[in-house]
Amino acid sequence: MGLLDHHKKIETHATLLLVLSFLVVTIGGIVQIVPLFYLDNTIEKVEGMRPYSPLEIKGREIYLREGCYVCHSQMIRPMRDEVERYGHYSLAAESMYDHPFQWGSKRTGPDLARLGGRYSDDWHVQHMMDPRAVVPESIMPSYGFMMDRVLTREHAEHVRDIMRVYRVLGHPYTDEMMENAISDFFAQVDEFGDPVADRYPGAQQRNFDGQPQLTEMDAIIAYMQMLGTLVDFETFVPVANR
Amino acid sequence: MVDPKNKIPENKVTPASRQYPDSAAQLRQDPPTTGHSWDGIEEYDNPMPRWWVWIFILTVIWALGYWVAYPAWPGIQSSTAGMLGYSSRANVATEISEFEARNEQFFVQLVDTDLDAIRDNDELHRFAVNAGASVFRAQCSQCHGTGGAGVQASGFPNLLDDDWLWGGTMDDIVTTVTWGIRNEDFPDARYSAMPAFGQDGLLDSEEIDQVVNFVLSLSGADHDSALAADGAELFDINCASCHGVGGEGDYFIGAPALNNQIWLYGGTPEAIRHSVYYSRFGVMPGFENRLREAEIRAVAAYVHQLGGGQ
Repeated sequence: MGLLDHHKKIETHATLLLVLSFLVVTIGGIVQIVPLFYLDNTIEKVEGMRPYSPLEIKGREIYLREGCYVCHSQMIRPMRDEVERYGHYSLAAESMYDHPFQWGSKRTGPDLARLGGRYSDDWHVQHMMDPRAVVPESIMPSYGFMMDRVLTREHAEHVRDIMRVYRVLGHPYTDEMMENAISDFFAQVDEFGDPVADRYPGAQQRNFDGQPQLTEMDAIIAYMQMLGTLVDFETFVPVANR
Repeated sequence: MVDPKNKIPENKVTPASRQYPDSAAQLRQDPPTTGHSWDGIEEYDNPMPRWWVWIFILTVIWALGYWVAYPAWPGIQSSTAGMLGYSSRANVATEISEFEARNEQFFVQLVDTDLDAIRDNDELHRFAVNAGASVFRAQCSQCHGTGGAGVQASGFPNLLDDDWLWGGTMDDIVTTVTWGIRNEDFPDARYSAMPAFGQDGLLDSEEIDQVVNFVLSLSGADHDSALAADGAELFDINCASCHGVGGEGDYFIGAPALNNQIWLYGGTPEAIRHSVYYSRFGVMPGFENRLREAEIRAVAAYVHQLGGGQ
């Protein structure tokens, strides 16, 4: 009777099998997952990351609702062709306030991780209304209806609720940010309003869609114009051997 | 009794050699069973196929080698780096610098050469145009079109014609690409603004009609000559300081020429009326931080040779 013959005891004892399987899976999980929470090369401190502003959250919600992630990734891989086309490769920390992350898994359209500042607001409006007007070879559907969907206080309150949840998840929203959530939501499309960038450095503030009222188009463009702009690679140089 | 109709014909009977072994006989002979028996069903205790066992052993050995060669085991602060020193970040940096080293001499030459002399150096010019074309496709084509034809009547300028807003010399193009137009990122960005003559109440609706017809007459388009005659004076007072007395435009302030058939926002009376009433102009990002000087010069050389370069 070798050691292996004792295996029979496990095989013929359902409860024992269950308990031991659970133990094995637990150990495997701990070994694979726990180091990710403390290893230096997975927890990279990156300057400039901040939680999303209220209007950016709304834009991100629209991005999720419309399934933009189905055709667009937000993850520039460390490969020469991608870096030269899209810009600096994405860092893990750049997704730290994304729940869930928007890396995507397929690129029918281009990567959007560093979309911010690449195009004018006007271009975005025209492109969302009729993608083929500016990119003839595009197969993207039109999202012109966003111009008509006016955002009200109700939407702002919903965003504040989302911020509350994010806060539970550990996003550093301060009390001041929470108090001003609703006014910031509307201020971000008013160039002369209370500067949102005071609380959210790098937030862009202007009338994005050119219409007097705040619409979904404003929100999605505010979100897109921020993408990938928070980390300043002029001053931040990621460690190369990570 | 088997019905003769159902009897299998002699030639269709499977020969004994091809029949499935009699399971009872199999059980009696080999291989051994595990000894388990559930409702009389027993389980063979066949060994694993040998090829399978060997592949299993080989994968285990492969894993041991992999642990040593590549980053694998987590430690207290970092993981083992692996003997091959693999790092995707280092790899991409190496690859990019490799290509840059290959192009370095041209990049240096591009920056050192006088802008207008680039096209005199065949080899350098060829490099600049090709490098510029790839920069153009990545950075410029979304607005100016893959081929540089812009988007007609939508405010995205065509770069193929010889009508320029801010000038079409190499120097002008480099300045435009470097700092952009009407952006807030760079104080050096080109800037100008046309008054919204209708919206701001500078001209009334009738006067705008007159100006529009005069503008149409400048390029020889169909127009109402009576209205145009009245518009001439209004044009002189309100428009000529930027667009020129004859509508020839002014590169210095990006005022479009009005005396040709090329229209940024369309040349219909309605489109021109809209432009006069609300005023419209485009923006362009500056590429000072995104492209290096040699790349800016290369893309300028590319745009310059598209057809309209001055």
